[in-house]
Amino acid sequence: MPAADTTDRIEGPVSTEVQTTTYAKAIAAAIRTAMQDDERVFMAGEDIGIYGGAFGVTDGLLEEFGEQRIRDTPISEDAIVGMAVGAAITGTRPIVEMQFSDFVVNAMDPLVNQAAKLHFMYGGNVEVPMVLRLPGGAGTGAAAQHSQSLEAWFAHVPGLKVVAPSTVQDAHDLLFAALLDPNPVVVVEHKLLYKREGELVARATPGDSPATIGDAVVLREGTDLTVASYSLNTHKALEAAEQLAAEGTEVEVVDLRTLRPLDTETVIDSVSRTGKLLVTHEAPAAVGIGAEVVAAVAGSRAFDHLLAPIVRVCGRENPIPYAPGLEEATIPQTEDLVEAMRALAAEDV
Amino acid sequence: MPRLDPSEPKGAIEALTTMWTIRRFEEALEDLYSRGMLHGTNHLSIGQEAVAVGACGALDEGDFITSTHRGHGHSIAHGADPELMFAELLGRDTGYCGGRGGSMHIADVGAGNLGANGIVAGSMTLSVGAALSQHLLGSSAVVLCFFGDGATNEGSFHEALNLAAVWQLPVVFVCENNQYGMSMASDLSTAGESVAARGTAYGLEGVQLDGNDLPAMFEGVANAVAAARDGHGPALLEAITYRYRGHSKSDRNLYRTQEEIEQWRTERDPIARFEARLLDEGAVDQEAIDTARQAARERIRDAVKAAVKAPEPSVDVLEEAVYASR
Repeated sequence: MPAADTTDRIEGPVSTEVQTTTYAKAIAAAIRTAMQDDERVFMAGEDIGIYGGAFGVTDGLLEEFGEQRIRDTPISEDAIVGMAVGAAITGTRPIVEMQFSDFVVNAMDPLVNQAAKLHFMYGGNVEVPMVLRLPGGAGTGAAAQHSQSLEAWFAHVPGLKVVAPSTVQDAHDLLFAALLDPNPVVVVEHKLLYKREGELVARATPGDSPATIGDAVVLREGTDLTVASYSLNTHKALEAAEQLAAEGTEVEVVDLRTLRPLDTETVIDSVSRTGKLLVTHEAPAAVGIGAEVVAAVAGSRAFDHLLAPIVRVCGRENPIPYAPGLEEATIPQTEDLVEAMRALAAEDV
Repeated sequence: MPRLDPSEPKGAIEALTTMWTIRRFEEALEDLYSRGMLHGTNHLSIGQEAVAVGACGALDEGDFITSTHRGHGHSIAHGADPELMFAELLGRDTGYCGGRGGSMHIADVGAGNLGANGIVAGSMTLSVGAALSQHLLGSSAVVLCFFGDGATNEGSFHEALNLAAVWQLPVVFVCENNQYGMSMASDLSTAGESVAARGTAYGLEGVQLDGNDLPAMFEGVANAVAAARDGHGPALLEAITYRYRGHSKSDRNLYRTQEEIEQWRTERDPIARFEARLLDEGAVDQEAIDTARQAARERIRDAVKAAVKAPEPSVDVLEEAVYASR
């Protein structure tokens, strides 16, 4: 399998050969292809132009598409998102990059009261096809206001869709799916995923993406217990599953990929086979996505197959702290998952 | 070209008829409410008709408006069908939003009405985006953004003005200064000389207009629309006006005097002033004015009659109405 030079950016449209690249470059390739494919697509965000975005995702796009379509904005999150809503309802397709997901709190009105509501509230006479990319998550020493995982907030709002891809391929494909969707789609991107490498088949056009919003995927098959996760924690779960395999426990890992609509059926199917469920995410457990997954399983046919109490391994109930030891203790680490999986596997059946 | 010309008789009568239509519409709502036929609250714009009619008359076909919680007048002035508005307020299936929006959310996007908005200043940033997309699509359309004096102390006001100004987008911001937020007088809530003066902060010449003088409103907005269409960027206009009724149905008018209300009604009523002016100038005769009033009354009466007969929406639509599908 030919591995591409990952230091080069991926030009789009590109070959359909498998190449190794980063999560950030896979997103950039999708944006590039979408902008080449459809003149109505444009981007707006803080420092996405000459700077290339706080995490380098939009590097080179200004050069290629110009300042009309790659729009550096003032530091005005409310206006950026509100502007995108107004643009989306009048014929264009904005992609907004929030510099840090935490800043979207300044734009909750346009997101929750406007983007999520207009189609319903205006009697279906308008569509809001916009994409809001949110770099979130902890692990970078950025402390409480630059590290949160706020996805449950958005997933709680009818009218929004929320995706949280974990793999390089899904980052690429789900961005296309988000762009082709006639509804506002929030894309949750963990900052620690941007440099993570993986295999990518770059799509020649957005329509070539096979990803659909609302479908979870089983990334690793197993018979002894099910782990449901998304975004960065899916990788931690896969790493932990490797370790468990060495001990003779086969863990099935379900990557949720979409948080609203949530594909609970795939989890229910899996738990019906394994009889055990562990849910993990970086956001705090309380009122989190995991709680919804657990409730769905508890209220389903899988309930009769449960062989042990369901376990959640999530972020601690405190803001993300600065000191490395404190930050690490706040969010689930692979070792925490190994331990929790081992304990769950050992539950008497 | 503006779609209305109030300086010639035909346009003047059209403007007068629309102002009367708005007033009769709002009065009909009061009547329906008092008879227990209206669910929920509503915000009436009686006394502010010249702002809506003058401003919307200055637009061309293909231009857009965004509106506010006190938006019935804006919708009617932009060409909405009162029957479909009544149907919406009565919660009927045939309403503009299928009964899902109500008073604060009348929208007719296909006709350029991007919607009334229940969030104070909520539509201001949307108007900037609508203008941006017109710019990107190569259209010459202009966006007229209505908002109230209360909105000028929201962050969205400042962010929207700044963004529209740095990007030089064709948005005409029209502040409908009716003197009060819900109960708080504008001069107590708003620092600085005036709303218009705030334009200076964004490099805009803020202009105050007499919002109860239809020709003045029309002319002021028409100038700003023409400049915006010619690529000169956004404008901030402050229309001085007054609402006769309370903020909403729960208002007991404790924050102002009856004398103050009466003074505006008797001395500055936008409809009476416009009629007097037309007669004074000899532009139209009393018969034409009477005909306009009568036409508005009949239109509203017929609209109510038709709307009350419309069916209620089915609960079955709720689930599939949340998301657009392709």
